[in-house]
Amino acid sequence: MCLAVPGRVTSIWEQDDTPMGQVDFGGVTKEVCLAYVPDLQVGEYTIVHVGFALQRLDEESALETLELFRQMGELDAEFGDHWGRAATESGMPRPAGTDDTAAGETVGRETTR
Amino acid sequence: MVESGQASPPQLLPTPTVPAPDFEGWTCPLPLRDSPQIVMGHGGGGAMTAELIEHLFLPALANERPDRLGDSAVLDLGGARIAFSTDSFVVRPLFFPGGSIGDLAVNGTVNDLAMSGAQPAYLSAGFILEEGTDVAVVAAVADRVGAAAREAGVEVVTGDTKVVDAGHGDGVYVNTAGIGLVPAGVHIGPHRAEVGDAVIVSGDIGVHGVAIMSVREGLEFGTEIRSDCAPLAGLVAAMLAVTPDLHALRDPTRGGLGTALNEIASASGVGVELDEGRIPVPEMVRNACSLLGLDPLYVANEGKLVAFVPPDQAEAVLAAMREHPYGADAAVIGTCVPEHPGMVVARTGFGATRVVDVPIGEQLPRIC
Amino acid sequence: MKYLEEFSDPELARRLLDDIHRTATQPWAMMEVCGGQTHSIIRHGLDQLLPDGIELIHGPGCPVCVTPLEMIDKALEIASRPDVIFCSFGDMLRVPGSDRDLFRVKSAGGDVRVVYSPMDALAIARANPDKQVVFFGIGFETTAPPNAMTVHEAKRLGIENFSLLVSHVRVPPAIEAIMTAPVCRVQAFLAAGHVCTVMGTGEYPELTERYQVPIVVTGFEPLDILEGIRRAVHQLEEGRHELENAYARVVSDDGNPTARRMLDDVFDVVDRSWRGIGMIPQSGWRLSEKYREYDAEHRFAVTGIDTHESTVCRSGEVLQGLLKPHECEAFGTACTPRNPLGATMVSSEGACAAYYLYRRLSTPPQQRTPAEEVSSVG
Repeated sequence: MCLAVPGRVTSIWEQDDTPMGQVDFGGVTKEVCLAYVPDLQVGEYTIVHVGFALQRLDEESALETLELFRQMGELDAEFGDHWGRAATESGMPRPAGTDDTAAGETVGRETTR
Repeated sequence: MVESGQASPPQLLPTPTVPAPDFEGWTCPLPLRDSPQIVMGHGGGGAMTAELIEHLFLPALANERPDRLGDSAVLDLGGARIAFSTDSFVVRPLFFPGGSIGDLAVNGTVNDLAMSGAQPAYLSAGFILEEGTDVAVVAAVADRVGAAAREAGVEVVTGDTKVVDAGHGDGVYVNTAGIGLVPAGVHIGPHRAEVGDAVIVSGDIGVHGVAIMSVREGLEFGTEIRSDCAPLAGLVAAMLAVTPDLHALRDPTRGGLGTALNEIASASGVGVELDEGRIPVPEMVRNACSLLGLDPLYVANEGKLVAFVPPDQAEAVLAAMREHPYGADAAVIGTCVPEHPGMVVARTGFGATRVVDVPIGEQLPRIC
Repeated sequence: MKYLEEFSDPELARRLLDDIHRTATQPWAMMEVCGGQTHSIIRHGLDQLLPDGIELIHGPGCPVCVTPLEMIDKALEIASRPDVIFCSFGDMLRVPGSDRDLFRVKSAGGDVRVVYSPMDALAIARANPDKQVVFFGIGFETTAPPNAMTVHEAKRLGIENFSLLVSHVRVPPAIEAIMTAPVCRVQAFLAAGHVCTVMGTGEYPELTERYQVPIVVTGFEPLDILEGIRRAVHQLEEGRHELENAYARVVSDDGNPTARRMLDDVFDVVDRSWRGIGMIPQSGWRLSEKYREYDAEHRFAVTGIDTHESTVCRSGEVLQGLLKPHECEAFGTACTPRNPLGATMVSSEGACAAYYLYRRLSTPPQQRTPAEEVSSVG
C-alpha cells in the first residue's frame, strides 16, 4: 500500500548470500535488498519499499502510458477554454480552481524544479 | 553545642515540592492533558513545543512581554535597543555533511538576533560535556565555534563548561546566548505582518534536515546535500538598507518553513496564501523526502530566512537579497490575505488548495 | 525522480480530467482502497477537480489505522520491557493504544527506535546481542515480503535475539467485507497498486463478477489516480464490471512469484480483527509454525491486556466509507492530530488526518475551534 518509489540500480553485490544493490533515486542513493527481483541488472529501474526492491519498473510501459496521456484530447488543445467546454458538454459545473483567468496559469504551470 | 572533634552532619534543605500543573485550569488552544511526561514531540518545534512554552514556561516566567515572542527579544536598556537571544543545540550526530554542532551553535543565535534586525555583536557559549567523550571531539567542536564566530563577525566573550555522567549527554550539548544593537526605525516582529505583504524566502528549503537525516542511524542514505548552516546578519543588513520597514523575519529551523509561516500568520492575525510551484525545493531534497515520506515544508533549515515585506518594497528587497551570497535564490512565494486569518493555505500545481498546518511533533519517516 | 515526477504533470492531468468530465453523465461513487492513495488525493486536491457527481469514498487501506487495539497494547507492553529494543516504522509511533502510545513509552525510558526498513532492526539485533530486539511488523501485502525476508534471514543466520510482532492484513477480504456490509455505496474500486506489484491481479476478476463492480489497479501519483478514476468512470458509464490494470509499469498479472513463495513459507493466513471494523475472516497473516520461535507474541507471552477504545470515535464508519471525517461530531474538536481519539486521525494517510491537515478550509466554520490558531513561539 504504501510508499514505494522508483530508482535506478547502480551496483549489485552479495551480502550473506543475499543480492544487494545500490539504488539511485534522482541523486539520493540507498542500499536495497534485491532478493525479490534477483535478476535485476545494473541500469534497470525498480520500485523500492522499506529497503526492498519489489518489482522491476517497465520503462517502456511507463513511457507508453505517458504518451497515451499526451494523446488524450490532443485536438482539443487547439481550442481554448477546455474546462468551460467540458463543463458544458457534461452538464456539470466547472470544477473548482479552473475559472477562466486561472486556467491558463495555475494548471499549466511548472511545478518541478 | 557541638563537641570538638565531632562535626554534625550537614543539614539538607528539604527539596521543594513543585505542585503538578493543574491541567484543568488551562484554556485554549489545547492543554497538555495527554502528556504528563516530556516526549520527543515537545522538542519538534511544532504544536507540542508551542503548547509547552505557552502553558508551562510563560506563566512561570510571567513578564510583561508574553505575546511578543519572536526569535529574539528587543529590549530598551539605558537608551539603547538591544536584541537578546538564546538557543540550545542538541544535534546528533555532532558532525554532519556541511556543518557541526559548533557551526549551529554560533549561527543559530546570530540568526535569531538578525531576525530582529539587529547586528549581532557578542555571544556566550555554555558546554555540557558527557563523561567519556573524546577530548579531540570537544576540541573539534570548539574549533568550529571559533571559526563560525569569525565568519559571522561576532565575538564569544563568556562561557561555561560542565561535565555530566556518561549516558546523560549525547557527547556535547551547547547553549549560546547573544546580544546585538537594533538600528533606529527598525521594528521587526512576528505580529507585524499585514494584509498585502509579500512573503519572500531567501533560498532553497529542506536542505539542513535532509543532510542530518542522511547520516542518522536507521535511515542512512547517500546524497551530496550539505547543510545550509550560515550566518544571515549580512543578508538582513542588505535588506534593511533597502527599507527599514521590514515587517517580519524568521529563520525556519525546527518545524521548517511551514511552521514559521503559521507562527507569523497566527501572531499577526493574517492569512497566508502560498503558490506551491514557487517554493524553491532542490530536486535532491524533494527526492529524499519522497523516499522517506516527508514533506519538505516541515524539514529544518539553518541558513535561510522568510520575510514579510510591504508590497511596494518587495521587488527592491528581492533584488538586494539576490545580490547577496546567502540570498542568491530568493523568491516570492506568496502573500498575506485577509481570508482565513492565522491559517496558511497553498495552491497546488493542479489549481486546488491545501492547508499547510503546523506539524504535531517531530516529522517521522513513514511507509504508507 | 524519474518515473515519478512525470506523473504529476498538470497539463496531462488537465487532459485526464477533461475526459472524465466529458464521460460522466451521472453520479458515481468509487472507493480508493489504499491510504497512500487517499493521502495523494487530498494533498493535491484531486477530488476538488472532479465533476461534482463523482465521489471518492476513502477505504480502509491504512495498515496503521486498522492494526487491532489489542496488538498496539501488546506492542506497548513489550516495548516497555527493560531488556527490549523495540523497532518500528515511524507511522506507528503516535497511534494511541488504550492509554498511551510508543512515544510515551520512550519518554518513560523504553528503548523505542524508528527504522526505515525491517532489515535495520535485524542489524540492531546483531549489534546488541544482550538485548531482545522486536520489530513491529505491520502492513498490507506490500510490506509483508520485506518483513518475511527479515525473519527468514534471522532464522537462517541464527540471530536469536530478534523477533517479529506480526499484524499483517490483506486487501481482497477487506473489499469483500465492504461489498457485503449492510450499507454499501461503493460502485467501483481503485485497487491498491503496490499491493498488486506483489500479489498480481489474480484475486480480482472473481470479485468483479461476484459483486458486479469494476476494479481498476491504480497507482499513487496524481496522473495515476486520475487515470484509475477515468477508467472506472468509463466502465460505469458503459455498464461494464471488469478488472483493468492502470499501473502496468510495475504491476503484472502474475505480480512477484518469488515474493509470494516467501509469504507462503513464512506466514499462515488467519482471521484478523480490523480496528474500527471488526473481524474479517482470512484477512490476516501470522508467522507459520516453522517460524513460530521468532514470533514476539509467542516469545513474550503478553497477557492481561485490557483494551479500551474511545466510545466517541467513529473511525470504523470512516474506514468503511460510511462517514466523511468532517461529519463526525468529534472532528477538529475533541479529536485532532494532537489529541487523536482513533487511528484514522493519527496516521498521515488516515482519512481523518488527511482531512484535518489539508482540508479544514472547506469544513463548516462551526466545526472549527480557536484551537486552529496556535500562538507564536520563540
